[in-house]
Amino acid sequence: MMTTLDSCRIIALGIVISAAGMSLVNAAPLGLPAVPIPADNPQSDAKIALGDRLYHEERFSADGKISCATCHAEEKAFTDHRAVSKGHNGLLGTRNAPTVINAAYMQMQFWDGREPNLEEQSKQPPVNPVEGGLPNHDALLKIIRDDAAYVKAFKQVFGVDKKDITIDHYAKAVASFERTIVAGDSPFDRYQYGGDKSAMSEAAVRGLEVYLGQGRCVSCHLIEHDQALFTDNRFHNIGVGFKNIQGRVGEIAEDFLKAKNEGADVDVTVLSDPDASELGRFAVNEDINKIGAFKTPTLRNIELTPPYMHDGSQKTLEDMVNFYNNGGRVNPDDPLTPFLSGGIRPLNLSDQQKKDLVAFLKALTSPGIAAKVSSTKIID
Amino acid sequence: MNRKNHFNRREFLKKGSALIAAGSLPLSLVEVAFGKTQAESFTFAYISDSHITHIKGNNFVRNWDRGLTRAIAEANLLTPRPDFIFYGGDIAQLGTPEEIDHGLDLLGALRGDVHHVMGEHDYYLDLGEHWRKRIGPDHYSFDHKGVHFVVLNSILTHDDWIHKKWDSPMHRMKAMARLDNPDGSPFLVGDPQREWLRKDLEKVSKNTPLVVVSHSPLQKIYKGWNFWTDDAEQIQAMLKPFDKVTVLYGHVHQIQYNQIDNISFHAVMATAWPWPYPSTYTRQASYLPKLTVEINRADPFFERDGTGWQFINMHTGDIDVHYALPDNRNRSVIFDKKKGHPVDSGHQAESARIPPMKHF
Repeated sequence: MMTTLDSCRIIALGIVISAAGMSLVNAAPLGLPAVPIPADNPQSDAKIALGDRLYHEERFSADGKISCATCHAEEKAFTDHRAVSKGHNGLLGTRNAPTVINAAYMQMQFWDGREPNLEEQSKQPPVNPVEGGLPNHDALLKIIRDDAAYVKAFKQVFGVDKKDITIDHYAKAVASFERTIVAGDSPFDRYQYGGDKSAMSEAAVRGLEVYLGQGRCVSCHLIEHDQALFTDNRFHNIGVGFKNIQGRVGEIAEDFLKAKNEGADVDVTVLSDPDASELGRFAVNEDINKIGAFKTPTLRNIELTPPYMHDGSQKTLEDMVNFYNNGGRVNPDDPLTPFLSGGIRPLNLSDQQKKDLVAFLKALTSPGIAAKVSSTKIID
Repeated sequence: MNRKNHFNRREFLKKGSALIAAGSLPLSLVEVAFGKTQAESFTFAYISDSHITHIKGNNFVRNWDRGLTRAIAEANLLTPRPDFIFYGGDIAQLGTPEEIDHGLDLLGALRGDVHHVMGEHDYYLDLGEHWRKRIGPDHYSFDHKGVHFVVLNSILTHDDWIHKKWDSPMHRMKAMARLDNPDGSPFLVGDPQREWLRKDLEKVSKNTPLVVVSHSPLQKIYKGWNFWTDDAEQIQAMLKPFDKVTVLYGHVHQIQYNQIDNISFHAVMATAWPWPYPSTYTRQASYLPKLTVEINRADPFFERDGTGWQFINMHTGDIDVHYALPDNRNRSVIFDKKKGHPVDSGHQAESARIPPMKHF
């Protein structure tokens, strides 16, 4: 019989092996681990520069106006400051654009984790009918192959001729660029990991106590002893969006599964259909326990990325704190979803504690990111 | 706007399989083909041990309400619908009418017919009077698609303990609810009910698959916590002549399974809270079923971790139990025809096991 200790050792060994299979280019910012780089997509300056251009390429859309940067804009802290994103020809999606900052650390991409990494993630938006709206990846590759500068760059980076450029080359370049968008060094990082006890305000220090204690935040938005990603890479139903599908969950789930079995694409369906969107992780893994469960997002730079939640339904940090304080609902007497995560319950925070918690959340802003952001006004 | 218009199709690289979690529950149960026996295949759901607890007025303990509410909402999503649902007992914590009534109100949201089992938390305040008034008999049998189901009240005990000089009925209730109570009393099916069972089984042919449902295990696991029924061997002997027998029980709030001769045993989860495995808690004799792979330690932050409910696939008289475990890994314990006993589909190999809780 293998002891608990033995199995722990084997798990630890597994981590060492996979870590050894990665190369590291970027030094880790204060408060963050080294950026994980997949063995089959090493970083290079030329690849990052190519990814940067592809990320900003508006021609990869039906109306020639939408790039990755449209919804993940540097001057908006790599979001779009909209409740839900707007694609080609003004079409609206169903979900709030998460920031690209530190997405490199996420173990799964998208709110429902439907793609395992940045490479796979980057392939979806150009061909989603409410985002880029291209008919297929061939349309995107044609634009690349018809552009001499791109052809030259792909040859330089991947050693491929024009006809051999694939969507995977595109994906690797975009992912490489996104792996450079990392940011730590916030007042919290300097306080917690930099030894500077004056880096956070007194209110933020009190807010950290709420965060770790009565607020119960840290159980999902993790802070480790040597770094903090503020996510557990898990999926939880915290009550957001429940009102919209109340009483219809069974019907929506059944219709969705029927359509999926007949070949409907998950990426297309969840971004086009507001009801299907609310199924969350269930739409991906069909696990009854994951109805309405969404990935825990990072909290870094949260002050710069309103509005909040997967549907952008909370406009301010104060609104968001109230939502949690009420145990997963806007008002204390709103109905609760029966699928609510067991981690969510009324918190009974005082007004002072709520203010302190917001002060702490504002201490998670990276100065390098904030310097590029001129406004955090929500765009209706 | 019509939702179906949005489910448009697109030629796409199918890479879904790598993303679908191995432990996910099928919302659509695949009908399992069965051989030419008299038993048809069908499914049923099993919810148990909600321990609804009254505070005062209209206030009940939120956590236990949430557990039952969640299990009901999830069970309601099963398609095709299960043929019926078992509620495995201990709907109440201290057996009061308020608790039983509130629990039944919540269960009213469940789609489908419910067969109830009496738990000791439902019984020892008024000796089951309010429960029987609201629900009906505490032991009964029925036939369904070629399977004979028997429900027993296994949480009775000796009359002299029941009727000894208690300060109040609530005193008796709390004495039976206590773990490691030196003045407790072991559970019994008892002579009259065993005689009823003998007569009931006389009518049943020996090749009819038999499912016996009780609250406490009809096998002896750990006496200090009443994971135990004192006349278990006598019941087992009555079941022995049958070809295929499955015993389902609640009470223990944990995954257990076992095979004793022709009888497969399965425990079901509570919707309220998990108990640790008795072997991890005591140096006294414990007979934890030898086949059982223990569940991993629950994370107390997630109140639902370590709780859950089950849906059960019944085919050719054998039973597969699928455990829906929020905030944990779902599990299935499936009868292996070749081995002749239930097998945990995820965790049989030593290397595939989750280290269970071994200490506090």
